[in-house]
Amino acid sequence: MATDWETVIGLEVHVQLATRSKIFSWSSAEFGAEPNSATDPVCLGMPGTLPVLNRSAVESAVRLGMAAGCTIRARCRFARKHYFYPDLPKGFQISQFDEPICEGGAIKFRLKGEPRAIRLTRIHMEEDAGKNLHAAAGVSFVDYNRAGVPLCEIVSEPDVRSAEEAAEYVRAVRTLVRYLGIGDGNMEEGSLRCDANVSLRPRGSEKYGTKTEIKNMNSFKNVRDAIEHEVKRQATLLDRGERIIQETRLWDASRGVTQAMRSKEQAHDYRYFPEPDLPPLVVTELEQVALRASLPELPEDRFARYTSEGLSPQDAGVLVADRETAAYFDATVAAGAPAKRAANWLINELLARVDDPRKLGEADCPVPPAALAELVELVEDGTLSGKLGKDVFVKMWSERRAAKEIVAAEGLAQVSDGGALEEACQRVIAAHPGEAGRFKENPKLMGFFVGAVMKETGGKGNPKAVNEILRRLLG
Amino acid sequence: MIDARGASLVSIVDGVRAGAFSAREVTEQFLDRVARLDGALGCFLKIDDTGARRRADAVDAARKAGRDPGPLAGAPIGIKDIFCMRGVETTCASKILRGFVPPYESTVTARLEAAGAVALGKLNMDEFAMGSSTENSSVKPTRNPWSHAHVPGGSSGGSAAAVAASLCAGATGTDTGGSIRQPAALCGVVGMKPTYGRVSRYGVIAFASSLDHPGPFGRTVEDAAALLEVMSGVDPLDATSIPAPVGAYRQAARAGREGQTPLAGVRLGVPTEYFQPGMDPEIETAVRAALDELALAGAKIVPVSLPHTKYAIATYYLICTAEASSNLARYDGVRYGLRAAEVRSLEELYTKTRGEGFGTEPKRRIMLGAYVLRAGYYEAYYGKALRARRKIADDFSAAFASCDAIVTPTSPVPAFKFGERIGDPLQMYLADILTVAPNLAGVPALSQPCGFTKSGLPIGLQIIGPALGEEICFRVGGAYESRTDWHTRFAPETA
Amino acid sequence: MSRITADEVRELAILARLALSEQEVARMTVDLDAILDYVDAMRELDTTGVEPMTHAVPFDCPLRADQTAPSLSIDEALANAPRREASFFQVPRIVPGPGGSSTVEDES
Repeated sequence: MATDWETVIGLEVHVQLATRSKIFSWSSAEFGAEPNSATDPVCLGMPGTLPVLNRSAVESAVRLGMAAGCTIRARCRFARKHYFYPDLPKGFQISQFDEPICEGGAIKFRLKGEPRAIRLTRIHMEEDAGKNLHAAAGVSFVDYNRAGVPLCEIVSEPDVRSAEEAAEYVRAVRTLVRYLGIGDGNMEEGSLRCDANVSLRPRGSEKYGTKTEIKNMNSFKNVRDAIEHEVKRQATLLDRGERIIQETRLWDASRGVTQAMRSKEQAHDYRYFPEPDLPPLVVTELEQVALRASLPELPEDRFARYTSEGLSPQDAGVLVADRETAAYFDATVAAGAPAKRAANWLINELLARVDDPRKLGEADCPVPPAALAELVELVEDGTLSGKLGKDVFVKMWSERRAAKEIVAAEGLAQVSDGGALEEACQRVIAAHPGEAGRFKENPKLMGFFVGAVMKETGGKGNPKAVNEILRRLLG
Repeated sequence: MIDARGASLVSIVDGVRAGAFSAREVTEQFLDRVARLDGALGCFLKIDDTGARRRADAVDAARKAGRDPGPLAGAPIGIKDIFCMRGVETTCASKILRGFVPPYESTVTARLEAAGAVALGKLNMDEFAMGSSTENSSVKPTRNPWSHAHVPGGSSGGSAAAVAASLCAGATGTDTGGSIRQPAALCGVVGMKPTYGRVSRYGVIAFASSLDHPGPFGRTVEDAAALLEVMSGVDPLDATSIPAPVGAYRQAARAGREGQTPLAGVRLGVPTEYFQPGMDPEIETAVRAALDELALAGAKIVPVSLPHTKYAIATYYLICTAEASSNLARYDGVRYGLRAAEVRSLEELYTKTRGEGFGTEPKRRIMLGAYVLRAGYYEAYYGKALRARRKIADDFSAAFASCDAIVTPTSPVPAFKFGERIGDPLQMYLADILTVAPNLAGVPALSQPCGFTKSGLPIGLQIIGPALGEEICFRVGGAYESRTDWHTRFAPETA
Repeated sequence: MSRITADEVRELAILARLALSEQEVARMTVDLDAILDYVDAMRELDTTGVEPMTHAVPFDCPLRADQTAPSLSIDEALANAPRREASFFQVPRIVPGPGGSSTVEDES
């Protein structure tokens, strides 16, 4: 009988911080510059150069830790992690070992509607390495633009239990990073990277099985697919009575498999010791208070608030996925729009028109929250039919005009004036005596009459009022 | 015109500032001496006459234009080849950095140049500052001006010898375990290791980051003080540089010269552990005589104890080799320096480049450092050494409760002959016993000449102060110097 | 009893990426053995409860404002490169690996 294997996954996520300058030196940390055009003697590891710590990187790390509920160490230390590789200029990476800046905490998200909290071991700061490009003919090329860009490494406890959950965890980290405004969280560009430690154990067992480390997953889909594959691979081996070799395996997306790395060295001896060029880092009480005050309302707290205000979990989920979307929603409600309506318009009309939700937060967004709220009010108070409202929105979006202005200019106000409607209905009935006569036997003709009245009023008749009047007149 | 052989750095600067002679004249005189005399001594790795003339002319132009030419205007100095100078080959006397031309400047040399000093060139040293004799230079040895068969000490041997031979009026060096003070003692000049962090390490090629101290050499105590005043001060490019204001070091040196008993009220501690059997008796005699002289100057001599002295060498070599193995990991043939020929793989790029590029002493220290940092060995070796270091530092703090400065010999032996110690690394290391503790504790220490052996080799006196206590070192040093004439003696000159 | 063997020395040489001749290995073994023997005296020093002294400065890590300053130009950055190709540093082919792996060129 096949064993019921439980999947045990721990994740290490590297977040690139979007500071202006590098973590220990002054050249630009921006992505995409021409190779080796954004370097300085320090990040190239030139002889005699020294690291000096970027304040913004520290603030981002602390805010990230606070948002995840970590304990922030009042005093933490940097350490040197040694290995030889061409993209590592000094032959060591300045990282944190014994005393990282954040400990504990958890990443919260919803998996299939159920709330999950994956515990964290720690978050620490470190510097990124350069990039190796592999060419043909026995050579490789090195670009050091990325060397020295600040990173936060988020290490989770092995609490994740499925490939799907792993992908949701990484997505939740990305959302948090973008909420805090500390990074882009873009896996395709490499500003968010994920390695997974995967092992299996018989369900109910407390002991951990042998784990493999999976690397080279550069999208949420890859995270899920790679881990799914690895779980199957391990289960197959274990079912055959074979052992899992502790090793690092690379995900090959094109072939859909993980491959063990060829390497002469087995375990790495990183020879950690405290970085002598950087005294211990202190984050005072006062600084911590200020940074905590700077935190925005976090995704899961927002989700709880929205659902308690009557939004469906589905809608709430869409709104909290990006800080800009949620902020837009809050602003629309603050400008007077009812929550559910605001949500509908935002989700169905606005989000459909932007390729990146962050555009909603930009100053030149064609329909700012107050403008949307105005439109919503016009539909709520009957000035516009729902359908007309959508047409007006299209004009607002493409021409950047206010709703009231469009309505006034084009005379679109829904006709609710009883007198005018009464006359319109009478004209229509008079124009169609045959249908009027057949109405009593065939009440479905109401649709015909309503349509005719709408045509007569140029679409502006208030459907409810039109219905009532026609019913009265037709008997 | 000045007599280059006798002139103090301070007198040269005074003359240039007063217009008695031009910086260019002084520079030509010293360049001439270098051209004539350095062949026999081997102090300079590179003579930058073009750059020196350019700097001198700039000083003269400033003065003519009515601008302040700087507190070191026209001072001819040599720069240990461990300080990066923009556009000038900097090698640390190692094959692995041959041809390396930094696109940046060390803070120290930038400050010296801004103060009007004229760098004449780069000075020889033990490779990567590892050694006590300059025999570990991959280029050539430097000879002690007092006896060409003897070493000048190390690792700043070129700096000490150049000042002793008046090839320059001052020089920069670095001191990690004694590498300024010991060569100063062996060459009969003044050398100062300041408080750790007093002088910026930016642009100073790293040997042991928590132990490296850049500092000055001079013929006189005031010369060294003048250089140190300009070199010192916090640097935004060095996170371990101290923000405290720079002291008035020249003034302290001069204060030591005033009056009959300039050291009245000063307590000088003499640690029993620094006068061990096995020490050269001539050195002990000279140092005790110096103590007598200091007592005549008004100081009170008190016995103190630095009980953890016997662990200082082991502590030092465990920490410095660990940090060195780390700091030298960047020399890999990828971005600068030597790349081995015929490299067939990445692995060979590293092992062959580093195998060919490093001399024996750096290799030894890299290996020892890798060993003590290995997983499983850390606590027993490196971790232990860090704790012993604190005890050694505490020894000094405790001693300074009962004295203002501590006086000891600088080196237990005078200059030794070439080849005498190089074959036995442990013996070489043990000679650092009197200098390493202040590096571990970070406290300032100065060495000045206090006599000669019967065979004519210089003997050095060490004055150790509390952290940021450079002033007391200069004051005591100035007082001793004003009552003696060792600093007026010159090494024989061979034309 | 020796504190370090020639095999350990060879392992360390790999760890430190130093190609040592057999003579160098032999000499190094003797030298390191003597030094390790000497430092062994540290064991007798009681350091229980003593804080490690990692820095000789009594202050905390200073922070720098997050501002850029001019980078090196590509030519300046590459001026000292032993091997250069266009705007890259050139090295023998790296077999793709995780950070921390010294991967050996495929012999085939």
